[in-house]
Amino acid sequence: MEKTNHMEYMEGMEVIASDIMEQVITSMEEYDYMAYSEEDVISALKRDRLSPKDFGALLSPAAAPFLEEMAKRAQLETARHFGNSVYLFTPIYISNYCENYCVYCGFNCRNQIRRAKLDLEGIEREMAAIAETGLEEILILTGESRKMSDVTYIGEACRIARKYFKMVGIEVYPMNVDEYAYLRQCGADFVTVFQETYNSDKYETLHLAGHKRVFPYRVNAQERALMGGMRGVAFAALLGLADFRKDAFATGMHAYLIQKKYPYAEISFSCPRLRPTINNDKINPKDVHEKELLQIMCAYRIFMPYAGMTISTRERAGFRDNVIGLAATKISAGVSTGIGGHQQEGEQGDDQFEIADNRNVEEVVAAIKKQGLQPVMNDYVFL
Amino acid sequence: MKEDKLVLGGQEFDSRFILGSGKYNVELIDAAVKYAGAQMITLALRRANSNGEGNILDYIPEGVTLLPNTSGARNAEEAVRIARLAREIGCGDFVKVEVIRDSKYLLPDNYETIKATEILAKEGFVVLPYMYPDLNVARDLVNAGAAAVMPLASPIGTNKGLTTKEFIGILIEEIDLPVIVDAGIGRPSQACEVMEMGAAAVMANTAIATAGDIVAMAGAFKSAIEAGRAAYLAGLGRVLSGGASASSPLTGFLQD
Repeated sequence: MEKTNHMEYMEGMEVIASDIMEQVITSMEEYDYMAYSEEDVISALKRDRLSPKDFGALLSPAAAPFLEEMAKRAQLETARHFGNSVYLFTPIYISNYCENYCVYCGFNCRNQIRRAKLDLEGIEREMAAIAETGLEEILILTGESRKMSDVTYIGEACRIARKYFKMVGIEVYPMNVDEYAYLRQCGADFVTVFQETYNSDKYETLHLAGHKRVFPYRVNAQERALMGGMRGVAFAALLGLADFRKDAFATGMHAYLIQKKYPYAEISFSCPRLRPTINNDKINPKDVHEKELLQIMCAYRIFMPYAGMTISTRERAGFRDNVIGLAATKISAGVSTGIGGHQQEGEQGDDQFEIADNRNVEEVVAAIKKQGLQPVMNDYVFL
Repeated sequence: MKEDKLVLGGQEFDSRFILGSGKYNVELIDAAVKYAGAQMITLALRRANSNGEGNILDYIPEGVTLLPNTSGARNAEEAVRIARLAREIGCGDFVKVEVIRDSKYLLPDNYETIKATEILAKEGFVVLPYMYPDLNVARDLVNAGAAAVMPLASPIGTNKGLTTKEFIGILIEEIDLPVIVDAGIGRPSQACEVMEMGAAAVMANTAIATAGDIVAMAGAFKSAIEAGRAAYLAGLGRVLSGGASASSPLTGFLQD
């Protein structure tokens, strides 16, 4: 297979005037997490508002002995900014066709899985079934295939979603400003793009083919989404792919710089770790154990206390229940990562990854209450 | 002695404590009503706009006036739309205009706030605008038809107290509308201080919500606000600097 230059835009990919990627990459390359001392961590924790350097300290190995202090501060910040609210949502996978070849992903185009795409009636049935559970926020996902799930198809899915839900987010392939603007018109208002890794050399070795191979187009997706009128954007590195401390630092800096340039934007983080997939059960998050994951979450929270944070079903129930209210503000429930998994007929297409928390909405609501927190289905008005 | 009431939009309130409750918390509402005597509670329309179990309108105790806020609005137009929506779903005519286009510090946009206030006041809303304490803006809000002005004491949620004290003092002196101090009050003593200065009411949330004992802190705020109000009405005594009054007055030489 001939590999293309991953730093070069493909035809049709919009170039925007922005130096944010350059700034993120430079700051990540300069970030030397071994250079921090305990004093740096203590000084960072004493500050009211943290600088990027302080954020770097909290992500460093020197901060590991201060995890309890970080958790306390994170919990206080979460309470200040979000009260005792925990938001619920669920993802809906409407198509798992994919043109990308990402070696760690169950949807990758070389993986032999059952492919499926819901038609509009199927989407409506699926969404109606989800709405029955009481959820008011939905996240629409597709595999990355412009052919099998074009922008119009995603837009129709958003229109249907608006009938059933107060808040519609999308986690689909990166697109141009006018396409984001179109999806905004269709009712979507929040865009999540996982960068996977900010290390472009590593990125190149993991994303062998497809649009996703183009690194800069993906990095600039959040900015294009905001330019297209989206209210908020979410950031994530898939922890375990590359050096997780550098990736977490870059993720935070990316969000920080976007917020600085677009101060009204709502910012959110996801903190996914690698999970096993169909035909590849050996995938694991390597050196990102729960302890490291919590350190990252607390560092995000203390650095950007106003940002939302989602905890994935990649994590076990016991972990998820304890990080809500501490650092995470949003939790998914009743999750299926396959196609059509919410209806009685069952899945038509296979899952993207194995989930570790199978609880339904009712069970997650009960778990939130048990933590003394308040389950919130909606905190949103579409304007 | 004349009864001391807070009057907003023609409605009288005995309590001068308003619970700011954008983040909503049933325990907090209960404490605020029972122990802090709150008669007015803000709620974010974005939260009230819910279908199922989470509908917070169901949790508002009887006899409490709702003050829906326009949280989520980034400009005047969005604030106006949220206010109209609040009225439609039965939240009444009160509205706290909150226009914020900074997700980090959540500082209000005074310019857009004036625009939204003008439109909503014309539509018959009782408009309470959340603002950065700027005298010129406060005057514009008066002209725009606001029922009160709500300057911030500190950035919201910070519990930092009266960092804008001097400017709030100027508003109290110059603006004929009630001045309700909103955001940033972290302690009962700060609530007391600003009431002594002549603020009409205090709004708080985080200070109580994040206290060790929510009920006890609600009670502490009630006492502090009442004490501050009583002191203001009593007229503060003179505070002399540099010792007692001179025994030979400077004007003692005057003859006819």
